[in-house]
Formats: sequence, structure tokens, C-alpha cells
Amino acid sequence: MDSPTTYFHWGFILISVPNLLVIAGMIVLFAIALVAPFPHGGEGEDERR
Amino acid sequence: MNAAEPVPEQAASWTVRVRRAIDRHLPMDHLLPVRQPYYVGSWVYVFGVITIAALVWVVVSGVVLAFMGPQWWHDSSVGRFFNSLHFWSVQLFFIFMVLHLWGQYFMAGWRHGRAATWAIGVVIFGVSILTAFTGYLSQQNFDSQFIAVNAKDAMNGAGVGAFFNVLNFGQMYGLHIMLLPIGVTILVVLHIVMVRARGVVKPIDPEGGTRS
Repeated sequence: MDSPTTYFHWGFILISVPNLLVIAGMIVLFAIALVAPFPHGGEGEDERR
Repeated sequence: MNAAEPVPEQAASWTVRVRRAIDRHLPMDHLLPVRQPYYVGSWVYVFGVITIAALVWVVVSGVVLAFMGPQWWHDSSVGRFFNSLHFWSVQLFFIFMVLHLWGQYFMAGWRHGRAATWAIGVVIFGVSILTAFTGYLSQQNFDSQFIAVNAKDAMNGAGVGAFFNVLNFGQMYGLHIMLLPIGVTILVVLHIVMVRARGVVKPIDPEGGTRS
């Protein structure tokens, strides 16, 4: 825990592995949210613009 | 005057005008709707709600930390638990705020008169970063000292060092627990009320029609 973290270095991109994992996890979560079926998704009455 | 007689409404009264404006722009069925449009049936719309839930935990744990003080949150096991609760709910707040931002960006959530709602969301993001930054400076440990000593040059370089002194714990702590959280909370309430007033934006090209 007290040791310095490792970094991912690719060209001009330099990011710590923990930060990279968080961003990758967010992208995966976003993709799952787009395709995962939503329960009780019936048609509603609220049609405001 | 007889108590049973109806009191005539004074149209010139500002309370009547405010009440009518609220009824017109934000009726209760908009503020607390029973059903949502069919296109809201997606997990993408849950990101904003999770962000609010995380903010509630941030504020609740923050109130406890402010009440008990640095000695408590460093030395006692319960204090360290609340310290961690505060830290990790902030992480979730930012993660889900950014996921909410991605969702609104790709569905162009600023359409049909919602530009101000989007703009306030952007301001919330900025003020939240400042709140988190002052929070890192308020930890009262070597980490906060390291951040403060390194950040002071950036603040001076940006020209704000004269009135935003990151080495001044009292100033950073005061901003973190009072001014900035109140700002974030007021803006979030305003953001939610504006979303409820206009409803959720329709998807782009929902049924194969032309874009609007």
C-alpha cells in the first residue's frame, strides 16, 4: 500500500494504472447501461418536450 | 370578516404572482410524476439518481466528520470508518456524475430549451472539483500537506494565490465544509427542479423520424 503505484506510458499518454482501471470500469459500466434490459419499462403518460 | 368567507386574491400581491408562476411552470404532477415516458426505461437515466444518492452520503458523513473533528477521524476506528465513508462516497459521486455527463452529452440533453439545465450541470461539475480539492487539503495529514505545498505554485501561477491560499488550513476547511457544499447543494436542487419542470429530453430520432 505504501509503495508507489505503477504507471501506463504510451506515447504522450501517462496515467497511473489505478486511474486507468477506474476509467476502463466506467466505460464498461456505461456500455452495460446502454444494452442491459431495464425492468418495468412500460409506456408512460408524461410526454412533455 | 366572517371566517367562512373566501378571502379574495389580490392579483397585485407578490405571493399570489409567485404562486401562480410556480403552478404554471412547476405543477406538482411535473415535480413528482407517477410515470415517465417510455424512453426513460434505460439504465443510463439511473446515473443521475445514483449521483444524488452519493451526494446525500457525502453530506451526511461530512456533517459527522465536521462535528467530531480531525483528532477523531484519524485516531478512532469509528472516525476512520466515517472518514472512509466520506472519501468513497465522493469517489462514487464523481464516477456517476461523469457517467451522467456522458449520457447527457451523447443524447444532447441541452435540446428543447434545456441549455440552462446543462450549463448548471457544468457549473456543478466545476464547483464539485473545487470542493473535492479543498477536501484533500483538509485531511490534516502528510498527504494534504504534500498537495498544498505542490498546489501553491499552480495557484500563484494562475493569479489566485493572494485570496486562495492552499497552505491556509482554516480557509480551505471553511470553504470545504461551508461555502462550497452549500453551493453544490443549491445548484443540484436547482438542476433537479429544472429537469422536473421540462421533463426528460426526448431521444434523438426515437422512432426513425427526422432530427429535431
